[in-house]
Amino acid sequence: MGRRGFAGGWETSAVRRLRRAIGGSWILWIASGFVILLGAVAFLAPYLRLTDPFAQSLERLAPPSPEHPFGTDRLGRDVFSRTVWATRYALAVGIGTVGVGGTVGTLWGMAAGFSGPFVQEALSRLVDVFLSFPPLILAMVVVTLIGNGVFPVVVALSFGVAPRFARVARAVVLAVRVQGYVEAARALGASSPRILVRHILPNTLDALIVLATLTVPTAILTEALLSFLGIGIVEPTPTWGNIASMGQMVLREAPWVVFAPSLVLLLTVLSFNLLGDAVRDALDPTVSRGVWMRRVERADLEPEPARIASRRIPAG
Amino acid sequence: MTRRFLHRLVQILPTALGALVLVFVLLRIVPGDPAAAMLGVSATPESVQALRTQLGLDRPLWRQFLDYVGGLIRLDLGTSLAFRVPVAQLLAQALGPTLLLALGGTVVSVLIGVPTGVVAALNRGKPIDQLVSVLALVGISLPVFVWGVVLLVLFTLHWRVLPASGLGEGVGGTLKALVLPSLATGMFLAGLVSRITRSSVLGVLGQDYVRTAWAKGLEPMHVFRRHVLRNALIPVVTVVGLNMGTLLGGVVVVEGIFARPGLGRLLLDAIYARDYPLIQGIVLVSVLMTILLNQLVDLLYTLLDPRVAA
Repeated sequence: MGRRGFAGGWETSAVRRLRRAIGGSWILWIASGFVILLGAVAFLAPYLRLTDPFAQSLERLAPPSPEHPFGTDRLGRDVFSRTVWATRYALAVGIGTVGVGGTVGTLWGMAAGFSGPFVQEALSRLVDVFLSFPPLILAMVVVTLIGNGVFPVVVALSFGVAPRFARVARAVVLAVRVQGYVEAARALGASSPRILVRHILPNTLDALIVLATLTVPTAILTEALLSFLGIGIVEPTPTWGNIASMGQMVLREAPWVVFAPSLVLLLTVLSFNLLGDAVRDALDPTVSRGVWMRRVERADLEPEPARIASRRIPAG
Repeated sequence: MTRRFLHRLVQILPTALGALVLVFVLLRIVPGDPAAAMLGVSATPESVQALRTQLGLDRPLWRQFLDYVGGLIRLDLGTSLAFRVPVAQLLAQALGPTLLLALGGTVVSVLIGVPTGVVAALNRGKPIDQLVSVLALVGISLPVFVWGVVLLVLFTLHWRVLPASGLGEGVGGTLKALVLPSLATGMFLAGLVSRITRSSVLGVLGQDYVRTAWAKGLEPMHVFRRHVLRNALIPVVTVVGLNMGTLLGGVVVVEGIFARPGLGRLLLDAIYARDYPLIQGIVLVSVLMTILLNQLVDLLYTLLDPRVAA
């Protein structure tokens, strides 16, 4: 089977299901638009001719005006420019955490699901141990130990994210490994890594993609909390959390310093959550749909016969 | 019930032990010398060495682990570097207010989440359903600190009806001081509870036994209370239990905003001061609390669903 193999088949059917699901829902279009806008802003921030986000001025705590759309903070810095620049760090943390935590967790879970009873028990117990830590407190401690900044925060958040991926990946692997086509591949002499990569991984993708889309907003939110507490990404680097944290001190005189970045944070997390729900509804037929979804016909949820065939034929 | 509780206790033992080991490992894989990190750049080599001895860092790792476990058994968690008092004493003082706030947050989330979720489910597809869904989504998308700040602005700066900080005095004062922090803590979970309640009620409404109950001509309220709500609440209990850790995280932030003494406030102080023994103690307590609260909520199943008790 060529490069389009399993992943190719999965991709087209999932994208089709997702597009069908988003279809007529205007709110999902807005959410998608906002996420695309965020991505563009994050990417293009250096070219936007914004006020220097680090430049201090004597114009302190100035209210919103055409010149400073979100006003200025205690040091006279332009809050709008800082909020825009902060998009970069928020998205970097969101995507980075899914990348690091998701990869580690998936490998962890696949190892647990595919190994013998002893190793499986040990790895699963380890998942339980990590899951028993309050995620924010675990992240706070890890950041304290390894330092501030984007990468340390990604690592800290991954400690909480990886066991969640591991749990899902393990569950799917356990369900898939007893399927006939895995047996068939083994009978044809396929090696364990090959079975794992070609036959089991593609079947875990649906569940893991759902988890990944819902992890992005959680990671962005947790980073904001860490930075708000002054231990995530720290000043002068602008993040929504630490702008709001600075603003909390001048809440009475300059409420915009808290509320402007909070509003952007809210819209961001809201959009990602909406898209996450849509992805989950499209990929996981067992979950009941939210009100935003166009009614999906039952036939939409059944994989087409051709797809089933392409998934079931062992590639060995 | 007692047997079930003991059985559960035995079940969580390996997880709790694993957490103890993880905390030990986490705080000892610090890059560089923790003693030097705690004292800062101006420390003399002698004072660093003295602190190493005080913390037992100069001893072999296995010895440190034995000391650590031995200390835990005697409820001796070491001495706080910043406060110069036993960690156990600080934890004992902080635990009460934090548990109270966690309880307050849970109550808020159930009081707001369950009714709104039920209303949304019973009016499926109507504007009110959409409104509740939007609000629930906003609830889970707003960071705790925004709730905290908004409530602070409205109730203490604008209307001046509730205290902005502290624990309050007497029963009335304590409750008054608990209102805003509980709301801030509980709103995230309230959104989650509302969403789960909605989908859970919808699921139960479609069951055969509900149709049968209607067909028997039972009172609508009776059908709803005995057949729908009771069964629909089971997944809600699961969600609340699973999110105890997130709730405790929220408590940390809320205690910071409302200047409320408690575990979270203590953890922040410990982190700013790099007070490792205190950090270790707080993390331990918060993990054990999460595990126990989780189990406690789980035990509620028995009350809701007698089938589980068997």
